[in-house]
Amino acid sequence: MEILVFIVAGAIVLGGALGVVFNTKPVHAALSLVASLFGVAVLFIAQEAHFLALVQVVVYAGAIVVLFLFVIMLLGVDSTEDLKVEPLMGQKPVAVVVGVAMFALILGGLFLSGKGGPEGAVALTGVEQRTVAYEEAQPEVDQLGLDLFGRSVLAFEATALLLTIATVGAVVLVNNRGGTRPVDEPGEAAR
Amino acid sequence: MELTETWFLVLSAALFCIGLVGLLIRSNPLVMFMCVELMLNAVNITFVTFSSVYGDLVGRTAVFFVLVVAAAEVVVGLSIVVALLRVRPTATADDFNVLKG
Repeated sequence: MEILVFIVAGAIVLGGALGVVFNTKPVHAALSLVASLFGVAVLFIAQEAHFLALVQVVVYAGAIVVLFLFVIMLLGVDSTEDLKVEPLMGQKPVAVVVGVAMFALILGGLFLSGKGGPEGAVALTGVEQRTVAYEEAQPEVDQLGLDLFGRSVLAFEATALLLTIATVGAVVLVNNRGGTRPVDEPGEAAR
Repeated sequence: MELTETWFLVLSAALFCIGLVGLLIRSNPLVMFMCVELMLNAVNITFVTFSSVYGDLVGRTAVFFVLVVAAAEVVVGLSIVVALLRVRPTATADDFNVLKG
């Protein structure tokens, strides 16, 4: 049963990812991304990370992809992109080779370091014991909250600062009080 | 056939590499951003998997922070894209070469 859930969720994740890469229209790519993110949320639930699945759906699928769609709508960049045009000679085959090589590298690291069991995970990361214990019985939200406000409070406050900076930066970057107008010449935008 | 954590790790490696290839192939800035999000999600799956393997809470906290940082990154990145594409609406990632050479 767990294997079935994993296979279905994995198929959705990888199918959505391939849809993002190979769809010519940005809106179709954004919708494939939503499918992929929902699949990732299902994989989180399969590993008992319920709160993270919730946050994943709400933040990623519910906010970030909506932000993408808003930008697409605002700018009207729904033009189809030609996947066959290569600005650099031979870039796309080399990109595919790089991707396959990276996959082989990661799998090599995983399987050659100890047959991929729990011993393999330990051999892969070099970590012998856990840092902060995670109890299966306690709800994940409680433990995550205790960790965020206890051990990781510095990182937590730093991310709060980061979010504030990002918000202010976004407002500053799109401030159009100067009134820019579209240009056609390359290089004229630099003035 | 038992569902070990190796399956999750192979899946996340595949997702990471698909995002990597997409980032290298596409030239539309928005789609390149979406491929970066795919790579971040792959890393999130890996974190949760290792958190389950070790019974460690650090992986879950790391996922939380990756999620927050990804959201902030998308906000700033998309505002940059808006600022750029507002001036030149049909530009792709290859057209922004003022710093070249």
